[in-house]
Parts: sequence; structure tokens; C-alpha cells
Amino acid sequence: MADTAELKEREQKLQGMGASLLRKEDARFIRGQGTYIDDLTLPGMLFGAIVRSPFAHARITSIDKQKALACPGVVAVLTADDLKPVNLHWMPTAGGDVQAVLADKKVCFQYQEVAMVLATDRYAAYDGAALVEVGYEELPAITDPKQALAAGAPVIREDIADKKDVGHGPRTHPNHIFTWESGNKAAADAAFKSAAITVREEILNPRVHPCPLETCGCVASFNKATGYLTVYVTSQIPHLFRTVLAMLSGLAESKIRVVGGDIGGGFGNKVPIYPGYVVATVASIVTGVPIKWIESRIDNISTTGFARDYHGVGELAADKDGRIKGLRFSALADHGAFNSHVSASKLPAGLFSICTGSYAIPNAYCRVDAVYTNKAPGGVAYRCSLRVTEAVYLIERMMDVLAQKIGVDKAEIRRRNFVKAEQFPYTTSLGWTLDSGAYHAALDKVLTAVDYEGLRREQAAKRADPKCPTLMGIGISTFTEIVGAGPTKVCDILGIGLFDSCDIRVHPTGAVIARLGTMSQGQGHATTYSQIIATELGLPASDIVIEEGDTDKAPYGAGTWGSRSTPVAGAAAATAARKIKDKARKIAAHLLEVGEGDLEWEIDRFKVRGNPSQAKTMKEICLVSHTGNLPPGMEQGLNAVAYYDPPNLTFPFGAYLCVVDIDKFTGETKVRRFYALDDCGTRINPMVIEGQIHGGLTEAFAVALGQQLPFDESGNHLGNSLMDYFLPTAMETPHWETDHTVTPSPHHPIGAKGVAESPHVGGIPCFSNAVIDAFAHLGVTHMDMPHSSYRVWRKCQELGVNKRPGDA
Amino acid sequence: MAKLHKVSFKLNGKTVDVEVEPRELLISTLRERLAHTGAHIGCETSHCGACTVDCNGVSVKSCTVLTVQCGGAEVLTVEGLERGGALHALQQAFHEEHGLQCGYCTPGMLMRAYRLLQENPNPSEQEIRSGLAGNLCRCTGYQNIVKAVQSAARKLTAKPAAA
Repeated sequence: MADTAELKEREQKLQGMGASLLRKEDARFIRGQGTYIDDLTLPGMLFGAIVRSPFAHARITSIDKQKALACPGVVAVLTADDLKPVNLHWMPTAGGDVQAVLADKKVCFQYQEVAMVLATDRYAAYDGAALVEVGYEELPAITDPKQALAAGAPVIREDIADKKDVGHGPRTHPNHIFTWESGNKAAADAAFKSAAITVREEILNPRVHPCPLETCGCVASFNKATGYLTVYVTSQIPHLFRTVLAMLSGLAESKIRVVGGDIGGGFGNKVPIYPGYVVATVASIVTGVPIKWIESRIDNISTTGFARDYHGVGELAADKDGRIKGLRFSALADHGAFNSHVSASKLPAGLFSICTGSYAIPNAYCRVDAVYTNKAPGGVAYRCSLRVTEAVYLIERMMDVLAQKIGVDKAEIRRRNFVKAEQFPYTTSLGWTLDSGAYHAALDKVLTAVDYEGLRREQAAKRADPKCPTLMGIGISTFTEIVGAGPTKVCDILGIGLFDSCDIRVHPTGAVIARLGTMSQGQGHATTYSQIIATELGLPASDIVIEEGDTDKAPYGAGTWGSRSTPVAGAAAATAARKIKDKARKIAAHLLEVGEGDLEWEIDRFKVRGNPSQAKTMKEICLVSHTGNLPPGMEQGLNAVAYYDPPNLTFPFGAYLCVVDIDKFTGETKVRRFYALDDCGTRINPMVIEGQIHGGLTEAFAVALGQQLPFDESGNHLGNSLMDYFLPTAMETPHWETDHTVTPSPHHPIGAKGVAESPHVGGIPCFSNAVIDAFAHLGVTHMDMPHSSYRVWRKCQELGVNKRPGDA
Repeated sequence: MAKLHKVSFKLNGKTVDVEVEPRELLISTLRERLAHTGAHIGCETSHCGACTVDCNGVSVKSCTVLTVQCGGAEVLTVEGLERGGALHALQQAFHEEHGLQCGYCTPGMLMRAYRLLQENPNPSEQEIRSGLAGNLCRCTGYQNIVKAVQSAARKLTAKPAAA
């Protein structure tokens, strides 16, 4: 009988589930040996630089390529006219719309793509781009979405002016995209009519940008001899990219290979298919040489998938004790000039209807009206899991608003409304079935850890002291996330279901290679997936190689975004591994000459029940599976592939608390403490999870305290470089304290949920709530983000809190 | 095309000779002529620090250095940190403390941290955060990077000969 020490040793050898295994990816990155897209050079490769519109809304009257073509090193200049013969000057988007690849006749947002210059090197390409002469006739621009649907508003999308529907229902105005609603409006209205308390706030979720450190780019390489297209690209969705390329190019999908290599951060910014990729691909098909296109940082911020721009109204109806009876949330969504972002065809506003949050709200209704403006296209991005940042921001802000209205503590109001642990699985009034949760326990753990009562006493004392130079705020966020898109009956992109896959091959000597349909951009999949398989198969994670991103090799999947990798592909990995284990069990039974039912699994081997010295390790079985010594009729090998269609999404949750001290005289917010408790169910690698939490919270900090993409009335971008766009440095980034509870998902093979987006989704309202709480005693119920020092200072000025005794 | 200039400098201890236009940036020369793609490009306004290398004993952002400025210089990049198959203490520490995720900022962070520790072998947490303020990271939130630098500092000061 194996003793505990031996069992522990065998378990540790696996470095499977639960181990803080150091990452396999690190070896190349710490040596500067990563292969990011701009590291790639192919023979004969040309460099493409895009010519962009300086105007937000204008007709193109002429394009003169002559000077550019005469520039040394320039080989060609492509415009929409060059794409028309292959009908690629427009392309379909994942949102059911069409988007200009190169502008034809007009431009609809500043920096929109107008031409691509191909040259022998990067410097010559940019020289050439500066010499392309484009004639424009400026048109009035719409930058305020509230003006988009005005009578007589300039029509932005003349190309679809006669289209009554762009994929999501009837359009009421040329600048209207869709109206989507969920829930029971009549029931919600009735609840509001009869409620003792109602609160209403207009809440902006400003336009921001994920800004991964690496910009987007590709190397497209068409081989004229073989008719085979290879596109190396910064894409979070390699297989979907390939399918769309097949649809666009007319090439057989089996003759297209998309390769995602190392990607320097995605955060949703690298999901859309950008015009630059398409033009580079066409250019390669036309010239027969590889074409590299790498965008600049200004291009990236100005034109690629932005996030949010939701102009929301939140309303809650409650009884006098703050128990919510009704919810009505609406948002005016500014999608920019094209509806280009990922939207499941049945969910044009993504997963926004998760906006009932962690609360048992009996009557709810939500509605999103989407419009075009003369800004860059997008909306769903930035660690948001399809509009969940927007939904959770609204509900968590409104909980504080409600608490303030009735004078109940902000933690207590949440406790009174939480879905109770015994109510799970819980179906919300907007139709989502929350798989598991333990909200009260999570919040209580946090409040105890930070001495919440003590903090509130301190805050009261500071408020009572006129000499106190700071305003102290406490922010709480008790969020429920929805990740792991998703069940194919609900979730698709351009009709393709959002299942995922894992293909496992076990070698005779016990080493394993597994390929999956997801695409890491830093999440550590090479490490974490190997841990799942290590535990399932009883083989050491160090011998399990994980591959993603090459569509020639990896099984079909929907990529990595919306924290879906663990929920979907992780489930596929466990499922495929279990198919292998089932086969291995049969082989073990055959070798040990017992029935399958007589065997029990112990870490890395099958043992005969009651006769433990009779055992076969998985390692031994790996070798035997490649011999003839198998049960009759059994094929050789230990291989399996699983395609996993999840029965539901997963619902990680958390309780965050933030303490801020705001300088009354400068408006500067110092984050004194941030305590983040996350529950993502089964935890595969605690070290990796903690790293994700740190990163997501830092991005949340950036959004809440400083990020925005402002425009002037002409549609000029006012903050599209790192001179203005706030990316926190090590100096201002707060210290993060992390904690956890574990409430497994009952429907997931290993009980795991996604986690990496939780800190962003839950962090943003936590920071915002903290800043606003600092002003709550002065009657402030809401302040829009970003809470930059200047904006907060203005609030201090407005309220007169920064008057010193003796001031005029 | 502008006149080409011959520039000779030491890259990780080995002499290299290139011929460049005056406007060519050091980052371009390193990545495209000398196949040292460790240093990365993350912006064009010299904010992000992904291009940080060590030049004549100081941290520089190679996107803001002209190659023609580097005649006779000693340039050290991430590729030169590992010596004789042994990782530098910083590289080992970044790995052990999970100080990287996507890896894109890592070469710049390592080279900046290298110079920081040369100048200040026992930095406080504040000094580390201030010292790395020119290097942006979107993935890690910096906390583990700080731990990594502290860990490396402890190892390096324990064995001064191995710096």
C-alpha cells in the first residue's frame, strides 16, 4: 500500500492541476527569442504602409499615386480600384455589417485606410505613403452618438443606405444599426410603478482602447506555384480568420494556412479582421511575394478595435429596505463607422443581459440602441467578455446609488440582494443560468480581511475633520462574470459555433503532444493545458507539449477571447484525455487479466482493487499501446480528439474592495489598498491566476482613472498616442492583494471557470465606486470616468471642498 | 537616397559593421540588419520602453537613438545576458517570480533592470518602480516584475563576482 509520502511524491512529479508550475513559455521570452510577427522575415518580402485619411468624414475626389511610385524602393500603390476586380474593396464583418477595406468614394472615420504602398523596406514604404496625394471634400462629422439619429443628420453609411437590416433587425434611421432588448418590459415597468424607492442615473462608459504592447500586423505569403496562401498574423482567432479568408478570397480553405505565433498581448484588440490584413493578403496574391504589414501605435489606437462607448441609463426599483424589485438598463452604443466587432448573431449586444449581476432581481428589462458615428469601428474589446464590462459597471454603480439613496451601507445592500448559495444553479430574470456561486461568503471574507467596519469608522472621522486634506473613499464590487462562449445554440460568429477542441497524441515513451483551437497571447496555455492533461493522464506536465495557432495542425476552435479558453478548450482537453484514459483502462485490464471494474486509478497508474501490487502505470501502457499486445479488436495508439460544445457559459465571481485617499487640492487619487477575492472554480495554476489578476486590475485602474479617447466635433482624435493615452507605469500602479474561494462549476469537466477578465470587469466599478464614495457625504451620486486628477479636482472645486480657512 | 555611413560598434561583445542612412534608428539596425529581434517596437513616441537596450553603460531607448550615433559604442541587448549557457540572475528571477506573461516588454524590462542594478545594487521597492517607469507592461501589473528585480538584486549582491 503506497504511503502518503510516496503518493505526494508521485503527484508532485506530475506538476498537474493546482501546482504553481513555472511557465514553459518563459524560456524563449527571457532570452528575447520569442517569434512575434515583426520578427518574421521571408525571402522577397515587401513592406506595406497604409495611407490614411486625415478627415473623419469626407468624399474622396482623387488619388494620385505618381509621386509615390517614383519614390525609391516603392514597388506598387494599391487603392480600392485595385481591389475591385477581386471584389475585396469591401469585406463582411463579424457583426453582420460590411466594412471598407480601402476607402472607395468616401471615408467615414479619421485614419481610415485609403491606400497601401508596397516597398522594399519599411522606411521606403513610409516615404512612399507620405507622397500619395489624396483629394478630399470634407463632410460634416458626427462624433456624438446622441446626434446620430437626429432628423437631417449626415448619413455616414451611404453604401447601405437602402438596407433595412444589417443583420440584427430593422433600422429606423440611416445611422441606426440595431435595437436589441431582453427581459420583460411590462413586468419591469409594473415593478417601478409600485416601488417604494426608485433610482436613476445616466452613466457613461467612455470609449477606451486595449492598447496591447505589440500592435497588430501580418505577413501574408501567397505561393503562385502551389496556389497556397499562408498568413502569419496577430490573431486571437486563427481558425475563424482562415474561414473568413476562404470566404473572401475564393481560395479553398484547405489551401489556406493561418499561423498565430507569439503575440504580444491581445485583450480583444487582436480579434477583428483588419483591412491591413486583407490588403496585405490581396497584395501577396497579386505580386506573388510575401507582404508584411505592421501598424504603428497611433494607427493601433486610432483605428483598431476600441472598447465601450456605452452611454447608459441605469434604473433600479426597490422596497424601503433596498430589496430590488425591478431593473431597467439601457444604453446608446456608439459603434463607430462600421459594426465590425465580434457579435454572436443572436447577441448583437453581447452578453449585456448579465446586468442583473450577483443579485436576485425578479423583474428586469434591458435595451441597447446601436448607432454609427464618424469614429473608428468596434466596441467589443478590452478584457470585456462581450459587453460584460458595460453590464457589470452599470449594476455595480447602481447598487451604490441605491445604497446612498436609502442610507444603507454599500456592503449590506449587496448582502440583501445576493443570490443565495442554496439557490444555485440560478436562472436570472434575463435568462442566464448562473452555474455556481457563493456570494455572501466571498464578500464576508473580504470585509473581514480589510476590517471594513474599521475603515468606515476611519472614513467617518475624516469626514468630521475639516482639516483633513484628503477625502477617503471605499469602493466595493461584487461582480458575477459570464465567460466561456459558448453553447453553439446561442453563440456563433458568422454562423460558426463557438465550440473548441483538443487533439492529443501520446507517444510510446509517455510524452504527449496536444493541440487546441485556442490562441494564447500571454495567458500561459502551454503550461496550464499541460497541467490539466498531466492530472488526467498521470503523465508529467514537463513531457506534455502544447501547440496552438497553426491552422494546418490544430483542430478547429474559436480562439482565445472572453476568457473562454479554460471553460471550452480546457474542457475539450479533459474530455479528450478521458477518452484516452478509458482506452488505457481497457489495456490495463487486458494486461492484468482482470475486468475493468476491478481497477482503480491512483495518480499515475491503474491498480487492482484489493491487490495493489498488481498495477500498470500510464507510462507502461503508453508503450504497450503501440504493440500487438492489446485486447482483441482494439486499434493501436493512445490518441483522441474532442470537440466540446459547452452546455452553458461559466460564471466566475468575486468581491473586490478598494480604499482611496483623494487629495482635496490636486484631485489626485491614491489607491491605499486593493483587495481582490476571485472565485474561478477549480484553480489550475495559482501563480498564473494571480498574474492574470494583477494584470487585469492594472488595466481596470487605467480605465477608471485615466483612459479615454476624446474627439473634437470634426472627428479629430485628440489623444491617440502614448503622449496622451494613459498606460500606467510601475510608479502609479497600486499594490494588489489577492485572495480566493473555490466554488467549482458543476457543468465543467474539471469544475473550472475562466478568470482573466474578472479583474478588469470587477475592478473598474470598484475603483469608480471608491472615488465616488469619497464624495458621497456631499451628495454626489455619480461621477463619470475617467477619474483623472483634473476631473476629480474640478469636482472638488465645484463642491468647494478645497477651500482652506481664510481663503477668499 | 541619403548618403550611407559606415558604423562599427560592439554588440554583446562582438564587433559589427553596418552601412546605414543617417536617419536609421538603432532599433531598426538591431532587428533588421543584425537579426537581434529581442528588442521590440511598441510605440513611435519613445514612451513604452520595449526597445530598451544598454549603450555605453546607460539604458537607452533604441527607437530614439540613431545608428550613426553608435560608432565605437558598447551595446548590450537581451541576447547578451546569458553567458556560457548560464542565465543572468535577472532572467532566472523573472522566470521564478512569474514576471512575464506575453513576453513583449520583457527584453526591455530585463535590460533596464540590468542597468538599474548596476547603478543601484540594493534598490528599495520605490526605487525599482521609479527606475522601471520608462518601461510599460500591459500584462503583469508590475508587481511580479518588482519581485523579480528584488530577487535578482539579492542573488547578485550575495555573489558580487557573478554580476
